[in-house]
Amino acid sequence: MLGWLTDPFASPIVQRALVELLILAVACGPLGVWVLLYRNAYAAESISHGMLPGLVLAALAGAPLLLGATGGVLVAAAGIALVARDQRLGPDIGVAVCVSALLGLGGLLALSPDSPPRLQELLFGDLLGVSGADLAVAGALAAAVALALAAGHRPLALVGFDRGSAPSLGARPLRWELALLAILAVTTVAAVQGLGNLLVVALILAPAAAALSLARRLPVVLLLSVALAALAGAAGLVLSFHLEVAAGASVALCAVAIALPALLAPGRMGH
Amino acid sequence: MSALEVDALSGGYAPGRDAVRDVAFTAEPGQIVAVLGPNGGGKTTLFRALLGELPIRRGEVRLAGRPAYVPQTERARLDFPVTALDVVLMGAYGRTPWFRRIARADREAAASALERVGLAGEARTSFGALSGGQRQRVLIARALLQQAPLLLLDEPLSGVDGVSAARIEALFGELRAEGRTLLVATHDVRQAGEWDRVLCLHGRQVAYGPPATTLTPGTLRETYGAELIVLEGGGRAVEVGHHSHEH
Repeated sequence: MLGWLTDPFASPIVQRALVELLILAVACGPLGVWVLLYRNAYAAESISHGMLPGLVLAALAGAPLLLGATGGVLVAAAGIALVARDQRLGPDIGVAVCVSALLGLGGLLALSPDSPPRLQELLFGDLLGVSGADLAVAGALAAAVALALAAGHRPLALVGFDRGSAPSLGARPLRWELALLAILAVTTVAAVQGLGNLLVVALILAPAAAALSLARRLPVVLLLSVALAALAGAAGLVLSFHLEVAAGASVALCAVAIALPALLAPGRMGH
Repeated sequence: MSALEVDALSGGYAPGRDAVRDVAFTAEPGQIVAVLGPNGGGKTTLFRALLGELPIRRGEVRLAGRPAYVPQTERARLDFPVTALDVVLMGAYGRTPWFRRIARADREAAASALERVGLAGEARTSFGALSGGQRQRVLIARALLQQAPLLLLDEPLSGVDGVSAARIEALFGELRAEGRTLLVATHDVRQAGEWDRVLCLHGRQVAYGPPATTLTPGTLRETYGAELIVLEGGGRAVEVGHHSHEH
């Protein structure tokens, strides 16, 4: 049994993948908790999908994916902010319009005959192809995210709990709502190499949803979300090794599988 | 110095559409001011203006210190993972650097604030699991922790149970004795009659002064318009129709 669990990690490739996932767990878990508390899950999904054109362009130009992801996220965020300003439409429609357009554009670029066949990697990541340099970049970005969330913990809690009173308690709602989106964007960029822009959403939202339904106090929820995200990462690698299935998708499915019992049980997120 | 001086205050959320105008009054330390008015009459807007959060504001507001605000309890999230004590501690967030723990003195003050509102036994209860009246008392305890000389309370007695209402009213008396100033938005005219000053708002300031001279049938009719139901002819016991909380 123990061997079944440890065998996959004999290979340096899988070891690096595990380190990548543990790094991402530190950023994705707590971030997901805030995203859910701010009822921003849709934005999380959208930001990561909306950066596809940026990724494809970077791939076409032979530039680092990180650069394309950054540009793509900025364009997506600006587009969403622009469309969402129209009060008659509301933010959801702004997000839907922008993301559909950008995803379509990304697909168009990626599927054109001149493009290198890397769309799959962009959408689903390449967990087993992570290099030492990739790890260093992901580590730096994840550390920045964790630090930002720690520094913003109290104002984020004030705004999330009671937006109307937050200013009188010392936190400006708009500033922290935007900060959360910015942190979300950085996290997505950090995770794109390993998990791709479709699967990263699972690692952000699923462990957080499980943690929120299991614990009653914010610090516990945040720590639990890291633990569950890390668990999903390790379990996903073990399964992908033995079942010979794609690592990223396996991790995403494990994350959802961990969240499922917690979500189905009658709990706090239900009401 | 007065706790609060308001002079020729007007303002609102959009240009050219003042939600409240021509407000001018002074409140002294140790006074409870009832803020009466119909829904949409400008009570919450006035509070926003005093907090410095109204997008458009003209006129003068002079405050003895930063006010604390107690929202209507249904504004706070019930599914947020915090206990009653966690919520009270939020009152100290503004003066705590992010890298520091909440100071021991503040943690002790939070515990005693919960005790003052009669909820020492519920410190570890989830905020969302408390009753409406208990949640209101927790939010008041949070404001106590802010140690503000001026408290703005938005309908703190609306829809709370009898035990909570009695506790809150007793606490108001204690705070008055401590020299704090309270502005209390309320629909309860009878209760307003027991406090020190009454401010009547209907988009503008209708009247301000001691209850005896302010709570007249004429003023109340001007304040509430059609919402007013006068139960008794002598102009003393007056109840007001209580509808939705939309603002």
